[in-house]
Amino acid sequence: MLKKLALAATLALAPVSGAFAAGASGEVTNYDFSFEGAFGTFDQAQLQRGLQVYTQVCSACHGMKYVPLRTLSAEDGPGMPEDQVRAYAEQFFEVYDEEIEDFRPARPTDHFPENNAAGAPDLSLMAKARAGFHGPYGLGINQFFKGMGGPEYIASLLAGYTGEEKEEAGTILYENKAFPGGWISMAPPLYGDDVEYSDGTEATIEQQSKDVAAFLMWAAEPKLMARKQAGFVGVLFLTVLSVLLYLTNKRLWAPVKARAKD
Amino acid sequence: MSNAEHHEGTRRDFLYYATAGAGAVATGAAVWPLVNQMNPSADVLALSSIRVDVSGVAEGSQITVKWLGKPVFIRRRTEAEIEEARSVDVSDLVDPIARNANIDGSAEATDENRALDDTGEWLVQMGVCTHLGCVPLGNAGDYALDGGVGGWFCPCHGSHYDTSGRIRKGPAPENLPVPPAEFVDDTTILLG
Amino acid sequence: MSGIPHDHYEPSTGGEKWLHSRLPIVGLLYDTLMIPTPKNLNWMWIWGIVLAFCLALQIITGIVLVMHYTPHVDLAFGSIEHIMRNVNGGAMLRYLHMNGASLFFVAVYAHIFRGLYYGSYKAPREITWIIGMLIYLLMMGTAFMGYVLPWGQMSFWGATVITGLFGAIPFIGESIQTWLLGGPAVDNATLNRFFSLHYLLPFVIAGLVIVHIWAFHTTGNNNPTGVEVRRTSKADAEKDTLPFWPYFVIKDLFALAIVLVVFFAVVGFMPNYLGHPDNYIEANPLATPAHIVPEWYFLPFYAILRAFDSEVWVVIAANFLTGGIVDAKFFGVLAMFGAIIVMALVPWLDTSSVRSGRYRPMFKMWFWLFVVNFFVLMWVGAMPAEGIYPYIALLGSTYWFAYFLVILPLLGVLEKPLPQPDTIEDDFKAHYGKSSTNDGATAATPAE
Repeated sequence: MLKKLALAATLALAPVSGAFAAGASGEVTNYDFSFEGAFGTFDQAQLQRGLQVYTQVCSACHGMKYVPLRTLSAEDGPGMPEDQVRAYAEQFFEVYDEEIEDFRPARPTDHFPENNAAGAPDLSLMAKARAGFHGPYGLGINQFFKGMGGPEYIASLLAGYTGEEKEEAGTILYENKAFPGGWISMAPPLYGDDVEYSDGTEATIEQQSKDVAAFLMWAAEPKLMARKQAGFVGVLFLTVLSVLLYLTNKRLWAPVKARAKD
Repeated sequence: MSNAEHHEGTRRDFLYYATAGAGAVATGAAVWPLVNQMNPSADVLALSSIRVDVSGVAEGSQITVKWLGKPVFIRRRTEAEIEEARSVDVSDLVDPIARNANIDGSAEATDENRALDDTGEWLVQMGVCTHLGCVPLGNAGDYALDGGVGGWFCPCHGSHYDTSGRIRKGPAPENLPVPPAEFVDDTTILLG
Repeated sequence: MSGIPHDHYEPSTGGEKWLHSRLPIVGLLYDTLMIPTPKNLNWMWIWGIVLAFCLALQIITGIVLVMHYTPHVDLAFGSIEHIMRNVNGGAMLRYLHMNGASLFFVAVYAHIFRGLYYGSYKAPREITWIIGMLIYLLMMGTAFMGYVLPWGQMSFWGATVITGLFGAIPFIGESIQTWLLGGPAVDNATLNRFFSLHYLLPFVIAGLVIVHIWAFHTTGNNNPTGVEVRRTSKADAEKDTLPFWPYFVIKDLFALAIVLVVFFAVVGFMPNYLGHPDNYIEANPLATPAHIVPEWYFLPFYAILRAFDSEVWVVIAANFLTGGIVDAKFFGVLAMFGAIIVMALVPWLDTSSVRSGRYRPMFKMWFWLFVVNFFVLMWVGAMPAEGIYPYIALLGSTYWFAYFLVILPLLGVLEKPLPQPDTIEDDFKAHYGKSSTNDGATAATPAE
């Protein structure tokens, strides 16, 4: 057993390799999102459309167990009125309640349910758990300018099916331009007009992909707007403090430096 | 000359005060989040108001729900309990105050002032003895009706509460408090 | 050695005397704060304050995070999400702590390179240097264990790989590894002990920082000339120095504020840039991430670790000479720890009689090559171990050892150093006394 573990550790040391190269192979489109940049904010209408796609399409197989339903009413998130959130939770989700030892309709204080039925990964943090951009040459420059690319990767993946499929070891794999390695086991989830948007937006595959990607970014980083605001205030204030300290320091040292001339 | 020096002095002082002030503001701004993080978090706050479905509560029975970490008794009283509760004269009570968070703090402890609805069918109160915080037993004590219906008894130090949850006998000083509660529809009570 | 001559605290009122005769704490603080400091210190002497700030930041945010974190394999990942989503200001506190580790290492590397360039490790400052190296090692241990706590995929597999290094030690390695982990693999026992140590070690670091400061307050600061402060009399010393407060406190705070502007920009606008996406996936002992990379600050040593594979002739030789006990894996581990050990021994490896690199023309070139090599190693540590990269890593690792073991000892003999100023005062005057358009000039006409 211990030998095996030591071996596993050695192996783990070695293969930083192969997959790294593969990781860069997916084609990720640099979609524009409203929340990008220093002053970017979430687009509430888009988050609500994304929630609709998540509910009607993704949630059939995926869960989102770290996201509390009540946060759907967050002002800097989807901003749904609280009674709508309550109705939404009751209508679409059931959770297991340990107190009554049974399933009951979800309440706002519950989280989105976990969903392991199809072995699909949880989506709570997916937008932060994937990087759309890499390199070049491991220098991180692309990520510096374009961002980590999580939502871009998700949108590109959903819109990246070519229609080709193959069977391998009893599993059907679908060709996808964005997926590292090119073949993914998730069947194409979107075909266009999978949901009907109440705001009249045309539900093309790309539109739905971007909307759900934006929604998942919010799900993964609900405090994004507050964080940027704190960052902005911090940078601004510290800049002022720096200027004041610069002037103070200059004033303090002036006589010392003047004396050096004598 | 002296004028210029004086001028210089105030300018320098102003700069030093401005820098020290900005530094103090920065420090204060850094301390606040450290304090605030200990306040109740969003998930805890979300539970400060809960909805209770009472459609399954039969007459003469009660349910206990947890609210703000404490038990709340929701009782659907029988006619006999209501009658008994309403026949008591306020001057006979140990604690003459209603202790109902939904109405004025000095209101009298009549049963009408404690029950949730006008008919008196629903009684909602904290299940925490006002003596030392034990959970009283239901349908028990000297003020239960015949056959052990209604009334509460705290087994820790022997406090007896009547069918309206008012302290009648024993060491407890106050009536069982009524929390903020209302019917949001026919079968749902909103606590908090 | 009793330090540079300077004014000491004299209790004047009755109350001050009462306290001073019982606990001379005010005197201690006064002497620490008013310590005579060479007046020619340049902007590379600000990293100490930045490091002190980082330690305080990490300890304070850390204590606060612990109030909401749960060190259990089933709950750790979820408790981090609880902090990120529910706790008041929790996301910001967590990002500050996460990126605070990076700021800590940026500052410590700048601090170490400053020391290496200006010969701050040389006699009589060897103890300061050794304590500093101990702090650096503890920092690495603390950072590594802290990275395990969120219990993401990188946490888990990073812990597996790094503790696997100890398994490479011949004969007793596996026992040591099992002892470290508290079981056959990384699991709840590992998480709990890492949590305990991650909480403890920063306080050990804080203790060593006090010793570090104590040591260089005894010897006095080094300075860009490497020429010592005159200690012949208080008057002489005062020509070379200024009290730490307010001159250097304000200067350092100014630098710290600038550093924090950048830091806040990173925390506010790109807090995950230096992290790894895989750590937002909960740890799964049954699936290894496609590619495991340590945090950026470990990469140079990770590159050295991987550089020595079984094809390299020194590894083959070591293997042959030890009868197979030292294999490529163990050699890599030895090389990695050796890289830090040779750096710790630099006070005795550098033979030059001149302290500061400013007056050492040949040393300068080799030093800057060492800095470039450090970044090359960092970069190659993040690249796959295939193609040309292992060769670059091997070259870089070789230079690392050559710098300390060959170049520095030889330079002391071969190099002809430039003339040094006689005193710090001369250096300061040479810098600020000649030009007429510098700060001193404007200050000389105060009627503005």
